[in-house]
Amino acid sequence: MKFDLDWGIFFQEIPGGGETYLDLLISGLWWTLGVSACAWIIALVVGSVIGTIRTTQQPWLVRLGNAWVELFRNIPLLVQMFLWYFVVPEFIPPLKSWVVAAEPAEAQFLSAVLCLGLFTSARVAEQVRAGIQSLPRGQRSAGMAVGLTQPQVYRFVLLPMAFRIVIPPLTSETMNLIKNSSIALTIGLAELTFRSREMGEYTFHFFEAFSAATLVYIVIAMTANRVMALVERRVAVPGYIAGGAK
Amino acid sequence: MILDFDVIGRSLPYLWKGFLYTVELTAIASIGGLFFGTLLALARLSPFKWLSWFAAGYVNLMRSIPLVLVLFWFFFLMPQVLQLITGGERPPQIGAERTAIITFIMFEAAYFCEIMRAGIQSIARGQVHSAYALGLTYGQAMRLVILPQAFRNMIPILLTQTIILFQDTSLVYVISATDFTGAASKIAQRDGRLIEMYLFVAVVYFVLCYTLSYAVKMLQRKIAVIR
Repeated sequence: MKFDLDWGIFFQEIPGGGETYLDLLISGLWWTLGVSACAWIIALVVGSVIGTIRTTQQPWLVRLGNAWVELFRNIPLLVQMFLWYFVVPEFIPPLKSWVVAAEPAEAQFLSAVLCLGLFTSARVAEQVRAGIQSLPRGQRSAGMAVGLTQPQVYRFVLLPMAFRIVIPPLTSETMNLIKNSSIALTIGLAELTFRSREMGEYTFHFFEAFSAATLVYIVIAMTANRVMALVERRVAVPGYIAGGAK
Repeated sequence: MILDFDVIGRSLPYLWKGFLYTVELTAIASIGGLFFGTLLALARLSPFKWLSWFAAGYVNLMRSIPLVLVLFWFFFLMPQVLQLITGGERPPQIGAERTAIITFIMFEAAYFCEIMRAGIQSIARGQVHSAYALGLTYGQAMRLVILPQAFRNMIPILLTQTIILFQDTSLVYVISATDFTGAASKIAQRDGRLIEMYLFVAVVYFVLCYTLSYAVKMLQRKIAVIR
């Protein structure tokens, strides 16, 4: 294999701009992180609500929650991305007129955030439901017995414990979300993978460009892992689950 | 907005060809991925430190970068590697479809490795010792005693992973291979019928994946009763 490896390529200027290729990749990184962060908030909020209602005693709420999860889990993310970007605005006239007037990057960002957020919400919902159902049945009964209402039982008894249980699976969902954000390149969002391919196409130094992107993804994955481990330790209940293991 | 679903009927033969490629890719990648994934799992659990480190490093690398980037990597590297092997003057062009098959085998191997590792670790340790006590070699113990059980315990998870793989194969779109989604997308752009095409694709995937995951759930229930 012969590659003309040139690691100095990152500091060369891109054609027609005062920026270097490194700046190009960094701008992509910000989009990756921005999309992931916004989508993560949606996923956590919506996923918690959907996951919780799937454990209630109202059959129609449970069915609604199940339908939500099945809908987002059984369509490929790429197709969902196309649906949010090309199809959904056509059915909502005010959104359509906004998309037409907005900067392309803004419309791509909104589509990607909604798509990734709701897709991940279905997966978070599954984890939250499993977390709540893994609690001993007696906890719910005990909550009811001391006179708490159903919402109070969730608020003060079940959810605080369930959320601690689901931190490890949520960590891997967070990393999946960051990786999945690369699919936004199919609708033109200039995130990290998009920029690294662009850099390869400009310079023919694909090897260096993809190596840089790979390295950044590994660093992000490791950082997310550490941050979630820190959160897990901070919120641990002493003597319970992971709380005892120091 | 006028919807024209006739476009689907008109392009059905082309879509069917794309769909067959999707199924072919899923089948080859899951069988190949399972084969190499099992080897990787055995390597990860092996007492040879360098072997288990290599396997763990490969698996962790594959699992921490996006599939899209993996596809780009292979699409770019494959001709160079083949040139190295064949020693030809120019990098041979093998096309996006074949590149995708190799990429998915290599990528899925990492995920199947973790499933098989959990499967192997779910077998009681005493069984390995019993196998050795009966005079079986390592290969025989694995092939005749441990792996069949590990495989059977993991069937529901392996099938679920295959359904995920079936959905993920749509990402070959990024290297312009014509799978089901790729075929639909090409028609959609040619005829300006994005809405109809993407809705159709979504419905087809949903019906198939929902049915398959329901079948896996039923199977899981059946297996759970036996054990």
